[in-house]
Amino acid sequence: MTQGVVARGRAWVAAVPGIWLLVFFLLPFLVVAKLSLSEAAIARPPYLPLWEWDEDYLTITLNLGNYRYLIEDALYINAFLESLRIASVSALMCLLIGYPMAWCIARARPERRNVLLTLVILPFWTSFLLRVYAWIGLLKPNGVINNMLIGAGLIDQPLTLLQTDFAVILGIVYTYLPFLVLPLYANLVKLDGALFEAAEDLGAQPWQTFLTVTLPLSVPGMLAGCLLVFIPAVGEFVIPALLGGADTLMIGKVLWTEFFNNRDWPVASAVAMVMLVVLVLPIMLLRNAQNSSEELA
Amino acid sequence: MTESDDQPWRDPNAQPFLRIKGLSKHFGSVAAVDKVSLDIYRGELFCLLGGSGSGKSTLLRMLAGFESANAGSIEIDGQDMAGVPPYRRPVNMMFQSYALFPHMTVADNIAYGLRRDRLPRADIAKRVDHLLAMVQLADFAKRKPSQLSGGQRQRVALARALAKGPKLLLLDEPLGALDKKLREETQFELMNIQEETGVTFVVVTHDQEEAMTLATRIGVMRDGEIVQVATPREVYEYPNSRFVADFIGSVNLFEGVVSEDGESHMRLDCAGLGTSLYVGHGVSCTLGQRMWLALRPEKLRVSTEKPAQSHNVLQGVVEEIAYMGGSSMLRVRLPSGAQVQVTQANLDRDDAHPVSWDETVFLSWSDTAGVVLPS
Repeated sequence: MTQGVVARGRAWVAAVPGIWLLVFFLLPFLVVAKLSLSEAAIARPPYLPLWEWDEDYLTITLNLGNYRYLIEDALYINAFLESLRIASVSALMCLLIGYPMAWCIARARPERRNVLLTLVILPFWTSFLLRVYAWIGLLKPNGVINNMLIGAGLIDQPLTLLQTDFAVILGIVYTYLPFLVLPLYANLVKLDGALFEAAEDLGAQPWQTFLTVTLPLSVPGMLAGCLLVFIPAVGEFVIPALLGGADTLMIGKVLWTEFFNNRDWPVASAVAMVMLVVLVLPIMLLRNAQNSSEELA
Repeated sequence: MTESDDQPWRDPNAQPFLRIKGLSKHFGSVAAVDKVSLDIYRGELFCLLGGSGSGKSTLLRMLAGFESANAGSIEIDGQDMAGVPPYRRPVNMMFQSYALFPHMTVADNIAYGLRRDRLPRADIAKRVDHLLAMVQLADFAKRKPSQLSGGQRQRVALARALAKGPKLLLLDEPLGALDKKLREETQFELMNIQEETGVTFVVVTHDQEEAMTLATRIGVMRDGEIVQVATPREVYEYPNSRFVADFIGSVNLFEGVVSEDGESHMRLDCAGLGTSLYVGHGVSCTLGQRMWLALRPEKLRVSTEKPAQSHNVLQGVVEEIAYMGGSSMLRVRLPSGAQVQVTQANLDRDDAHPVSWDETVFLSWSDTAGVVLPS
């Protein structure tokens, strides 16, 4: 009797996120999947319907041409590869900068940790868009950085910083760094301090302790953090649009152009579908990383 | 074997192996370890016994090098340890939580310290095999710590700590995480391994039974100080203070004033009991001094008829009886209101003269059964 009540209660609690996912993920996903198989047209909406009912005949037209188009035009493949490259480099940069941060916070006195964590999250309190625009002001030819370098006599001509891949990676690293620091911190803070002492006691110098104990035990945290940067960075649109140049090719930007400039909704949808498939692998890795970090704890 | 071989602390010429002098450690205004001086000899199994917050763990961590001293010195085998980091000390520690590396196999855990010394691969493998055999885990070399039972983990931790052949092995509550049955078995295993390897052990424990079984000598700690250092028997039979008497085993304490102070006897007037207690040996004291007689529960005899002896007899009513298998514990309420605890060995399977609740009984003890304590 009570078990039935509990089970029903559980079902209701699980139903809320279930319905949420259904309405805001699965249905739009099906719409996009449907769109990616339709044919573009100069119409409103700008595509032909997938099925027609005409005097007892149901005609379903599946257009796989959108996908073939993605393979045939090098632009899309290049954009995908370039996105993966920029996202990987960004995730790696985040790791190099974020690991020492996460480690220091985890080793800080407990009453200080919350202050330090708040500092990591603090940038989120300002609009993301404003912060990216601020980088334009810093990086542009007569911006703060160039003016300072010229004023210090280090360079004669302003450096081209804005509208480069460097600026895009900088923007991604700056924006997504907290997504790496937080899971890595959660991993590091859970590690038993006695393990480090045991290593030291057995003759490991501090750097050896780090390489043989801390680093291997923080792999799940590093993986989770890197993927949390990598996954959204692949499809990033705003940062390459604002900080990147005309030759910065990222799939998010291509998708936007396809959708709004070319008004080719089917191709844009096909791009979105392929991106999803490309990201399924790292998402599964992320899930495994989270599971194994829970096991260790 | 002469007595001084067995008990080097009795030999004035013996060189202590571990020499702690005036060691202090303060955390803020609290002295966790307060001017501790202690000599421990080669091959000893020394137990630091104390309650939580007595400073025993801090003292151990100072020996390992995890805490630095505010004052005093530590010398191991004639070498001053001041400023020597943990990874350079000839000391290894077995942690209370075992602190096994969860990402390494049992064999890799044991080999960890040897690898840091850059020993040849073959030597490491041989040593690891030897240690695995010693702790009876030869079949578990490839397992991860998470795949072991508590007792197996404990043995891996011990093997790992012994791997480098330390001069001194520190053990922080080595049996604390094991259940009672396993703990008893492991105690003897630990003693055998200590004897086999000849390594000097310093064990921290809060469990007085564990300390009594394991130790060659016990150092009882309280509030950062060592209050008594002696063999288990001495600590039990000749405690030097009420604290030690009470901390180790159970004890009945009778407060009194010295009313007779003879060459070979003394008498303690106990206002609370309304009688005086006779002690059959000389005690250094002065007339009128306030002292305590400590009587262990098993040193008391219970009888339903008044015993023949003229002194050291108390009358009371049985309030509680607890049958514990090997022995029974009685609580007897005296007319003064004080409660006395008595244990009786259950020698026979059937008790011919059972004592029952609310029965009036006589408690008696011999002239030398108690210890007179000045504080």
